[in-house]
Amino acid sequence: MENVQHATLEVRDLSCFRDERLLFSALNFEVEAGQSLLLEGANGSGKTTLLRILCGLREADSGRIIWCGQPAEASNYYRDMAYVGHADGTKKELTVLENLKFALALGVPGKYQIDQALDKVKLAGFDDNPVHTLSAGQKRRLSLARLLITQNVLWILDEPFTSLDKQGIALIESLITDHISHGGMAVLTSHHDLRMADLNLKRIHLQACH
Amino acid sequence: MPLIRAFLAIIRRDLLLAFRRRAEMANPLFFFVLVVTLFPLAIGAQPNLLQAMAPGVIWVSALLATLLSLDSLFRSDFEDGSLEQMLLSPHALSVLVLGKIVAHWLVSGLPLLLVAPLLALFLGLPEQAMGTLWLTLILATPLLSLIGAIGVALTVGLRRGGMLLSLLVLPLYVPVLIFASGAVDRAAGGLPVGAQLNILLAMLLAALALAPLPTSIALKMSVN
Repeated sequence: MENVQHATLEVRDLSCFRDERLLFSALNFEVEAGQSLLLEGANGSGKTTLLRILCGLREADSGRIIWCGQPAEASNYYRDMAYVGHADGTKKELTVLENLKFALALGVPGKYQIDQALDKVKLAGFDDNPVHTLSAGQKRRLSLARLLITQNVLWILDEPFTSLDKQGIALIESLITDHISHGGMAVLTSHHDLRMADLNLKRIHLQACH
Repeated sequence: MPLIRAFLAIIRRDLLLAFRRRAEMANPLFFFVLVVTLFPLAIGAQPNLLQAMAPGVIWVSALLATLLSLDSLFRSDFEDGSLEQMLLSPHALSVLVLGKIVAHWLVSGLPLLLVAPLLALFLGLPEQAMGTLWLTLILATPLLSLIGAIGVALTVGLRRGGMLLSLLVLPLYVPVLIFASGAVDRAAGGLPVGAQLNILLAMLLAALALAPLPTSIALKMSVN
């Protein structure tokens, strides 16, 4: 975590086509430690695609991702980044604890222990419940708990507030704020109006890039 | 070693999942037993014919049972997003993929190995061929899982990949089938089988070294 304080994410000239349709081109932005970036735009404007490119799950048609001054492939980028997408990435037959233990084995242990993280996302006491017995909002909070138990700097969140109630939204907002105030960064999409006043928030409207 | 821990965690998780979905997981084994036991009924009371056909029948059924079980290798991971998380893991993807293949073999290949001698007895396979049947199964069922994984990884992103998967994988399965059932056949006739077993062993070692990498690349393509 030694480079956490001055971690930077730069995106240069990124463009992407989907089915012969230009989603965005010559997209440039920078995010620094302690900052977050909100992607806005209508449905189908390429927000999720951009996030998947940032994760390395999808290849961009052109452009570069630079992490701490180095090309993403040559740096610790993929170790420092965590992604929560539309799909929860949890196994519904396994219990909450089994899912988190597996996530921990795949990653690098981070700031919080599993029980601390469950406490933070208000799932304490659900350890032994199979995930299919949880509600949609609880599943969402579980997938966000994964971010807390593994070591990461950059959170990439695709609609993190889906199916959460008001308290859930406030909870996740406070987790993001907390993460950012400790030198982390976040890139997220959301249709929900963010109320994180003390958040160093940048916005990019994807429609404008056409 | 974190990498070994991740490898073992994948195997443990997949075995646990298989245990929780045991009805689904038992299907290929059920299919194997069913096909082999139906043969004597269809052919009738011709013990010599059955005995001659036994190696082929057992091996064709084992191969089809494996083919049937292949789709479950990456399908559910692909659908619930676990596969994405696996791709994003800092650990070497091909090692994680190998973990999944090992778990798949433990769930689908190992049971075949355990019931096959019993079914061979059913068909009247001579006793001197039992050892060879076992050896071919030990060598070749992991080989089927390894080869199959490449095919599944390529087709997991497709909505109806089943047919394509068979087309991709079957040609690669044919040499395995020929050498494995050939070895059992020769053993039943009292002939030496060293050459066939060595070839199967060589194919298994080659697949162990060569299959995980293309599988992980194909998975990345499927997620893209």
